[in-house]
Amino acid sequence: MNRLEEKFKNNKAFIPFVVANDPNLKSTIANIKALADGGADVIEIGIPFSDPVADGPVIQRADVRALKNNDLDIDKLFSMVDEIREYTDVPLMFLTYLNIVLQEGYESFIEKCYFHEIDGLIIPDLPFKERNELLNYINQDKLSLISLVSTNNSESEIKNIVTNSKGFIYLVSSLGVTGERSSFNEDLKDYVQEIKKYSDIPIAIGFGIHERKQANEIAKFSDGVIIGSACVKIVEKYGINADNKLKEYAKMIKEAII
Amino acid sequence: MIKQGRYLKYGGQYVPEVLIEELDRVAETYNNIKDTDEFKNEFNDLLNNYANRPSLFYYAKSMTEDLGGAKIYLKREDLNHTGAHKINNVIGQALLAKKMGKKRLIAETGAGQHGVATATIAALFGMECDIYMGQEDTERQKLNVFRIELLGGRVHPVTSGSKVLKDAINAALQEFAANPNEVFYVMGSATGPHPYPTMVKDFQSVISVESKKQIKEIENKLPDKVVACVGGGSNAIGSFADYISEKNVDLIGVEAAGKGVNTNLTAGTIEKGTIGVFHGMKSLFLQNKLGQINPVYSISAGLDYPGVGPEHAYLNDINRAQYVGITDDEAVEAFNYIAKKEGIIAAIESCHAIAYVKKIAPKMNKNQTIICTLSGRGDKDVAAIAKYKGVDVDE
Repeated sequence: MNRLEEKFKNNKAFIPFVVANDPNLKSTIANIKALADGGADVIEIGIPFSDPVADGPVIQRADVRALKNNDLDIDKLFSMVDEIREYTDVPLMFLTYLNIVLQEGYESFIEKCYFHEIDGLIIPDLPFKERNELLNYINQDKLSLISLVSTNNSESEIKNIVTNSKGFIYLVSSLGVTGERSSFNEDLKDYVQEIKKYSDIPIAIGFGIHERKQANEIAKFSDGVIIGSACVKIVEKYGINADNKLKEYAKMIKEAII
Repeated sequence: MIKQGRYLKYGGQYVPEVLIEELDRVAETYNNIKDTDEFKNEFNDLLNNYANRPSLFYYAKSMTEDLGGAKIYLKREDLNHTGAHKINNVIGQALLAKKMGKKRLIAETGAGQHGVATATIAALFGMECDIYMGQEDTERQKLNVFRIELLGGRVHPVTSGSKVLKDAINAALQEFAANPNEVFYVMGSATGPHPYPTMVKDFQSVISVESKKQIKEIENKLPDKVVACVGGGSNAIGSFADYISEKNVDLIGVEAAGKGVNTNLTAGTIEKGTIGVFHGMKSLFLQNKLGQINPVYSISAGLDYPGVGPEHAYLNDINRAQYVGITDDEAVEAFNYIAKKEGIIAAIESCHAIAYVKKIAPKMNKNQTIICTLSGRGDKDVAAIAKYKGVDVDE
């Protein structure tokens, strides 16, 4: 069991998300430390992309802010990770688009993830059927390539995906892009049951969750909640002074899902 | 092609999981019906009796004599209903959508031609239609926005990113992801995830199937060169398709060099691009070292795209087709030239191909032939060309 999987043992995991370099790397480091202090179990770090097609307006705007000064490169990102690692051993995951990984080179990117102790990767535009080209370079005991399951996947696809996955399953709560929603697919519980039929892998649910009450509901029938846009909104609102607000938010959500 | 949807290292289906199921359904339905008589008859009937096919194959005598070299034939896709090659593909995809029981078509558009074609067929089929168009393009191509609306389509100006074609595709993909089972995404170019590049090529291959027959009737031989402009590459792949196996026919794709391929203001994807993954496909893209997609530039809204269809990237790799760049200035000069020499106001996109023909024809001998695809008509560009020349015209 790796560090990521351990976080789901007898624990409902809270997984927040922020975009690296939004609005700068120093503030991202502070924000991630704050989220860890507030009780986040795993933290997703978005590597900004010019054309984030799986993301809604809030994260799109964050990516624009992060890329505005054109001052980001892969090595700066990993140095940021090192600084965070001096402070906390909370599992860290990168969420980014495949082109970012491809430009660094699959092998080189994965080696750097190992070296800098990144625990997982989420790549929304790498569906299960295309993942082998990257998975071939990955030892999943060291780095989990997280599979996404959507409520649009067929039963046979769900089976195929979950029986071949490590870390946890990222169950996408509803169709479309990331962003806050007031309601969810009513069958979400059924999808969780469906996945449990084939594997005992933990299931975290994301896309649209932002309120305490929603997190509480979702956590009742899943193993964790992923909250992206709501965290990014806090960064959008408070800029370089978002860390304390994020810590409070993390505390609130963590309490709601225990 | 090694396997379905792959052109050696290019192609694929790099989209969020939520779209996979529906893309597979599109591919499966398409494979099941494409060779049936029913589908072929319906498709050909609409092409011939609605879209005005076969398109004319015109010997450009004045151009040929003026340039003093190869004989130049123009494949007149500009004379199709709605004024461009785009209609060929839209008819095919909309028929497929109908077979799948879809009631709403969505599409991206750059110059507006694909949006107009999609809105046209949506009207014909009694379907709803939503068109995503970069805000900058809605301003460059106001008339096409109005045309789409006249046809009953809804235009959604896209304000994210650089507000051009690539951003319109992002928005259309997002709408597709939000309603995968309800909408049919009519992709306008030979780009995107499988099965689009293959499907669009199939529907556009009517261009080369016709031109091959037409040139054989007149010249009793195949052309020496086929020239077409390339943005995403749908008219080019259709113009090349039936000649790809004819090794003696040179295939030349003409990209928009903008202000020059060595400047930042260019859309010369094959000349300057590197391998990447974007818009559901692995292909060549203009991007920076971190993998961010670069803003691109061309006077032509239809060629203003940072990537290219995967089969073009493949044809370039295996040296089966050659890709060259033409600047804004050269394209505008060709726009004037073909208007005055042949009495044809051609789309600024197609004028990139004409500009290249002007360069090569004089170096060829008089027994040789070039087929150049005029992918669209230039009415939509008149105001922009006037502006480029500093003439103030009231739209």
